[in-house]
Amino acid sequence: MKRLILVMLVMLVGVTVQAQEKKKKKNAKLEIGVNGNCGMCKKRIEKAAFSVKGVKYAAWHEDHQDLHLILDENKCSVEDVRKAIAETGHDTDKVKAEDVAYDGLHECCKYKRE
Amino acid sequence: MQKIFFITLLFASIFTTQAQETISGKILDDQNLPLPGASLYWLNTSIGTSTTEEGVFELPYSPENTQLVISFLGFTTDTITVNSPRYINHTMKPSGANNLKEVKVTKTRKSLQRSYVKTANVSNMGSKELLKAACCNLAESFETNPSIDVNFSDALTGTRQIKMLGLTSPYLVISEENIPAVRGASQAYGLSFIPGTWVESIQITKGAGPVVNGYESISGQINYELIKPVNDIPLFVNAYGSTGGRLELNTHFNKKVSDKWSSSLFLHGNTRVAENDMNDDGFLDNPLAKQVNIMNRWQYTDAEKGWVGFINARYMRDEKQTGEIDFNPDTDKLTTNYWGSEIDTDKLDLSTKLGYVFPDMPYQSVGLQTSYNWHKQDSYFGLNQYEIDQKSFYSNLIFSSIISNTLNKFSTGINFTYDKYDEYVNTNDVGRTDNSVGAFFEYTYDNTDNFSIATGGRLDVHNRLGAFFTPRMHMRYNPWDKAVIRASAGRGKRAANIFAENQALFGSSRQFNVVNGGGKVYGLDPEIAWNYGVSFAQCFTLFDKKVEFGVDFYRTDFQNQAVVDVYASPQEVQIYNLDGKSFANSLQVELNYEITHHFNIRTAYKYYDIQTEYASGMKERPLQAKHRFFTNVGYETHIVDGGRQWKFDVTYNWLGKQRLPYTASNPEQYRQPDYSPSFSLINAQITRTFSSVFEVYVGGENIGNYRQDKAIIGADDPFGSYFDTSIVYAPVFGQMYYAGLRFKIK
Repeated sequence: MKRLILVMLVMLVGVTVQAQEKKKKKNAKLEIGVNGNCGMCKKRIEKAAFSVKGVKYAAWHEDHQDLHLILDENKCSVEDVRKAIAETGHDTDKVKAEDVAYDGLHECCKYKRE
Repeated sequence: MQKIFFITLLFASIFTTQAQETISGKILDDQNLPLPGASLYWLNTSIGTSTTEEGVFELPYSPENTQLVISFLGFTTDTITVNSPRYINHTMKPSGANNLKEVKVTKTRKSLQRSYVKTANVSNMGSKELLKAACCNLAESFETNPSIDVNFSDALTGTRQIKMLGLTSPYLVISEENIPAVRGASQAYGLSFIPGTWVESIQITKGAGPVVNGYESISGQINYELIKPVNDIPLFVNAYGSTGGRLELNTHFNKKVSDKWSSSLFLHGNTRVAENDMNDDGFLDNPLAKQVNIMNRWQYTDAEKGWVGFINARYMRDEKQTGEIDFNPDTDKLTTNYWGSEIDTDKLDLSTKLGYVFPDMPYQSVGLQTSYNWHKQDSYFGLNQYEIDQKSFYSNLIFSSIISNTLNKFSTGINFTYDKYDEYVNTNDVGRTDNSVGAFFEYTYDNTDNFSIATGGRLDVHNRLGAFFTPRMHMRYNPWDKAVIRASAGRGKRAANIFAENQALFGSSRQFNVVNGGGKVYGLDPEIAWNYGVSFAQCFTLFDKKVEFGVDFYRTDFQNQAVVDVYASPQEVQIYNLDGKSFANSLQVELNYEITHHFNIRTAYKYYDIQTEYASGMKERPLQAKHRFFTNVGYETHIVDGGRQWKFDVTYNWLGKQRLPYTASNPEQYRQPDYSPSFSLINAQITRTFSSVFEVYVGGENIGNYRQDKAIIGADDPFGSYFDTSIVYAPVFGQMYYAGLRFKIK
């Protein structure tokens, strides 16, 4: 009996986890690493994030080099945001910017690349 | 028994000896924080270890090793002598060579801030700015602000009246934490019922106000935020005394009841005991006064769940007595023995606010504001009696969120207002009941860069004003660096409380003549006005110092107005519906300069062209200077050990000539000229802060001792037909000096 309960409990947990994976959040809160330097970068990064349909909230923090996002996972994914930002010349934690894009940045925005 | 005891002791000592074979301790840095990863070893041995995450270590001990070496990159290596095993607490000193010197970058925040990113033309007066005019209530807080003009309403009460864009306070919405506060019956004296020490900050919006707070705003909005219990200090005491015999005492107590609830209790008392008659006209220059004012505030905050709430309860009683020096209310009230006046006010305010921010959506919130106010004024002015009792209920439900992303925000909601006025002028019942229901929607677009626009409208249904739509719009554009252009337009509509707002005229032998135009408010139509404005501000550096330049122009166009006409006859005041044009143009040019660090100068020139079509033709609005010049110089020393500091502040105001009410038909000794002379006023204050706990201040108002001669017309015959105390264009009381102290426990 005890074992049965345990098995059921494990299964239930498994199902819950799966359910969480499948269900796309309408207000998913995320933080991604984005490199930049200054106020101009902030505007550019946030503008790029907002250009992705489904992004509801975007705030870049210079001191933490990260971007706080709230987005609708039914409409877009974090990957889309990373790509959009990389296109403007800013490296993200997963998607890096192309050198051409980076070189096109304003002089003060040329953050140190890893 | 003894044996067992002995054995135990023996064991214990052996155990202790064994334990002493190692030493332990903790290594700290110069900030007294644990230093993880510091290495330790016995000199000339290979016995060593390093500290853990918490900065602690343990190392075998033997008597032959006495020199312990402790090292860490960036810190001076220490060798300490350990003669016996003990617990070692060691603090490391940063080494000079490897240690980067800390560089402190500080910037003094300006006490009067103009925003370059907000959509509306809003300036914020912080608590530091409010301290510049140390006395005493909200009406007196604007002396150092160029956007607001402070005038004197009458020669009796000494009440200060504020104007913005050349229009008196009834055309402004004055709100307490966004709940309309000084309105209706409290229009005349309401600002003096809010002690200055209770106020945390003031936001001044020029031009059309936001639709969220109602339809009444015409020339702008003044919002004041009270001290929040969460940020308040446990004890605050402020005492004040002035040469006019005015004494004030403010005491605030604060208690954090739990991690969610905190409460503040504010006590205010003021009194004027001295009888002053500096101009020897037989009348008191300032009223004898008494005020008790108590407020208790509760704040609830649950940041995790996103709830915040406020509960306020407040009671005030204010008594004023003015008139002839020999007037004794017990024997002379409503007689012709002596002319006198008493104004007694009781006020009760209860309000609650509840806000909820959705935890997973920080941009979405719901707020509910409710307030109940009771305002009762019993008064007489010579033989004129005036009574007003207003009971009001207000509620506003606001929902704010976004459209697709935070670049597009909106606020929408509904509100309800109920006002019951029991009002008697002499024995005429002029009471009324008003109520209105309204819905509003405001949309804001902000590209987070150089452009934003807020546009909104509201639809209201009012039992006297009818059903009407109120559109408002604000926009902002930054054409280049540190520059901002703003524009606004909006409509306002209101019912003029003609007696409450013009009660200064009761102190005269004028007859009120309200010309019935068939309207629903005292027989008059509601006031309607459009307000348009543009402004430009630029910040730049000159000789390495910051300069701010600003210019703004506003025009208010009245479609209808309750015209108060004092040009027809000195024995009468006529109030009638506007027939023709009425407008107010206001131009302000401002230049602020930081001469040296901590030494700032603000200057402003203001031009007002305010005209109304009276029965006798197009005329300037009375008691309004066409030209005004303002300058404020502030200097403060660096804060040295424990908060000691000096602060100096001087304000200079120049007022051009003002058109005066018509008195030419009076006998010669009871006449005033058509225009007042121009004059200037100087106020100054010095504050000495001894520590963060204690400071004292001294100051002077009207140091140049300018006084209006003949402030009261017909003072020799107050019950005659030429008596008038309402024509006041300058201070009646001459120079005044004051001193005060502030004591804070943090």
